[in-house]
Amino acid sequence: MPFPHRTDARLLRFTTAGSVDDGKSSLIGRLLFDANAVPRDQLGALERIAARNGDADVDLSLLTDGLTAEREQGITIDVAYRYFATKRRKFIIADTPGHEQYTRNMVTGASTADAAVILVDARNGMTVQTRRHMFLAHLLGIRHLVIAVNKMDLVEFARAPFDAVAGSVAAFAAALGAEPPILVPLSAKFGDNVVFPGARMNWYEGQPLLAILEGLPPAVDGRTLPLRFPVQLVRRVIAAKGQSRRYLGRIESGEVAVGDAVVALPSGIATRVRAITTFEGPLVRAAAPQSVAIEVDDAVDIARSDVLVHPAALATVANRLEATICWFDDEPFATGRRYLIKSGTRTAMGHIQDVVHRIDVATLTAEPAAGLVRNDIARVRIAAASPIAFDAYRANRATGAFILIDEQTHATVAAGMIER
Amino acid sequence: MSGAEIMALPAAPLAVSNDVSPVPFGAHLDALESEAIHVLREVAAEFRNPVLLFSGGKDSTILLRLAEKAFRPGRFPFPLLHVDTGHNFPEVIEFRDRIVAQSDERLIVRTVQDSIDRGRVRLKRANQSRNALQTVTLLDAIAEFGFDACIGGARRDEEKARAKERIFSFRDAFGQWDPRRQRPELWSLYNTRLDPGEHMRVFPLSNWTELDVWQYIAHEGLELPRLYYAHPRSVAVRGSSLLPVADAVDLGEHDRIETRIVRFRTVGDVSCTLPVESKAATVAEIIAEILTAEVSERGATRLDDQTSDASMEERKRAGYF
Repeated sequence: MPFPHRTDARLLRFTTAGSVDDGKSSLIGRLLFDANAVPRDQLGALERIAARNGDADVDLSLLTDGLTAEREQGITIDVAYRYFATKRRKFIIADTPGHEQYTRNMVTGASTADAAVILVDARNGMTVQTRRHMFLAHLLGIRHLVIAVNKMDLVEFARAPFDAVAGSVAAFAAALGAEPPILVPLSAKFGDNVVFPGARMNWYEGQPLLAILEGLPPAVDGRTLPLRFPVQLVRRVIAAKGQSRRYLGRIESGEVAVGDAVVALPSGIATRVRAITTFEGPLVRAAAPQSVAIEVDDAVDIARSDVLVHPAALATVANRLEATICWFDDEPFATGRRYLIKSGTRTAMGHIQDVVHRIDVATLTAEPAAGLVRNDIARVRIAAASPIAFDAYRANRATGAFILIDEQTHATVAAGMIER
Repeated sequence: MSGAEIMALPAAPLAVSNDVSPVPFGAHLDALESEAIHVLREVAAEFRNPVLLFSGGKDSTILLRLAEKAFRPGRFPFPLLHVDTGHNFPEVIEFRDRIVAQSDERLIVRTVQDSIDRGRVRLKRANQSRNALQTVTLLDAIAEFGFDACIGGARRDEEKARAKERIFSFRDAFGQWDPRRQRPELWSLYNTRLDPGEHMRVFPLSNWTELDVWQYIAHEGLELPRLYYAHPRSVAVRGSSLLPVADAVDLGEHDRIETRIVRFRTVGDVSCTLPVESKAATVAEIIAEILTAEVSERGATRLDDQTSDASMEERKRAGYF
């Protein structure tokens, strides 16, 4: 799965998912603490809380629970981003809560992640939630799945419960068509196999979680994909030779060079790259994920919402498309409602023509559905009022993803991944 | 920590954040820069009347450089706004004015003092910290000019409530942040739709850490106010904290005035910004210091965040930056 936005082998963005009580906040707290990534003042705050509650140990899970309501109710409300670094890698964690808004939050965290760490409680084994998390990670195109079998201390660090999870996870991954996940038995509470090896699980031959994350292969280099340059902004520049127009944007994938023939989609206008400029000066060639300004030879009508591509690797242009969507909104989906479809730098009016099927995440079966409610995942057909240039999400995240915005409430009601 | 004691340390401990050389400047800073430029250009494309909040601090100085990278040789598609508490460090105001003059962009200054004079803000005591009071002045400025997007330099690594912030963060007609009703933010597809009276706060540096900021300053050779670097300063010693000695700071009877070599890790309202002892007088020395720092940026330096675990969250809900 391509990750056109990030080409730095040293940076790993991962998301975490788990059901309530799987100990996810504790795991992240433990990971940060044992990796020496917790500043002293933050630890001091935890010590004050422990003293106030009369607890002997600090509660590492509080490191990630930032909001008052979360601490009062012992829950996590929203996606939180955490940053830490080791000698080998820089990490961005998107920590997503596992309760009511779990699909929405996990999809959000997964949309920018290269890897997902999914927690399983060793006592409970694989649950419907585990399947849901694995399915969503796969749907969002995450290549690397790590299953953290937590609370091994509560099953006496025994091998059998871990092996049971491993068996079910492998079978479900195969059913999904996903790469086999990496499994690690650990105890977030005591730290076994989080940063340091767990001496009490000598039967486990793999690495601790941090070493696994440090060793994951880098994201696919977006530069190797076809050129996709969505135009963000057009600016007129007055130069010695007269006025010229610059198309500002970020190269989402691929490379572009001065002299390249390019086509603006969806219009199909063909022209040639005359100059590529940045604040530092002109460039002969540029590649994802650079933000640049492009000038072309002809005085053509190119605007925000157009995508510049190479003629040999065009994107699809259509105003009807099929996609898998995750429904986020509290209001159920109803046919006939108009939505704004935002894809790249284009926002088009459109509507959902029909629901092809809803996907039962537990059984991976497709079932007929007339409407959609919050957390539903479904294959739908969408009609847009104007043509959109796109790729299948599996081929290119940047041009295959979209969001649906309710025209009246302005809520982001769904996230979509284009199939065709 | 029960866990840490139980664990047998491996013979060669794994490399950890505090005892290693930095991830060298390279692709990850390029990616952060490109993301920030992309965000600034999205603001320019999707909002009618945006503004960039500029204080002369290190984060907003980076924003200014990123705006140059996004829009030069053209002018910025937005003015700059400084909400001046009136309790600023004079060298920061001097720096602000000089940098703005160099940029040839328009700076709007709105002052908390003006809000006080007009009765929009009531002080409980003369030298009360004006940090939280800025919210009223900011919201008044947003209403006065009809701004629909305010670009700010806040970063998610600064504070726990900020860690939950979107890059495009919705504010209702009262300027409030409701963490339970944030819009999901996927890929780099930002929902920028607003009704009249609502506005967006936009944070292009969301994914930057303090270390990224300083590495970028080094790479770009950016000038900053001198007080970010080690210098002798007259400070009041209060417990383990140092307070700047200034008109706006009320000293207690147990405070001792001493001259120490200090620097500021954050620069804000004089009354709540604390210096730290440091010999780091150059960017390289500051980067080295951050790599071994045991205390977070705000933990060391912000009096206002120490009052309760939820101080930042409370201010943010009310409309703070």
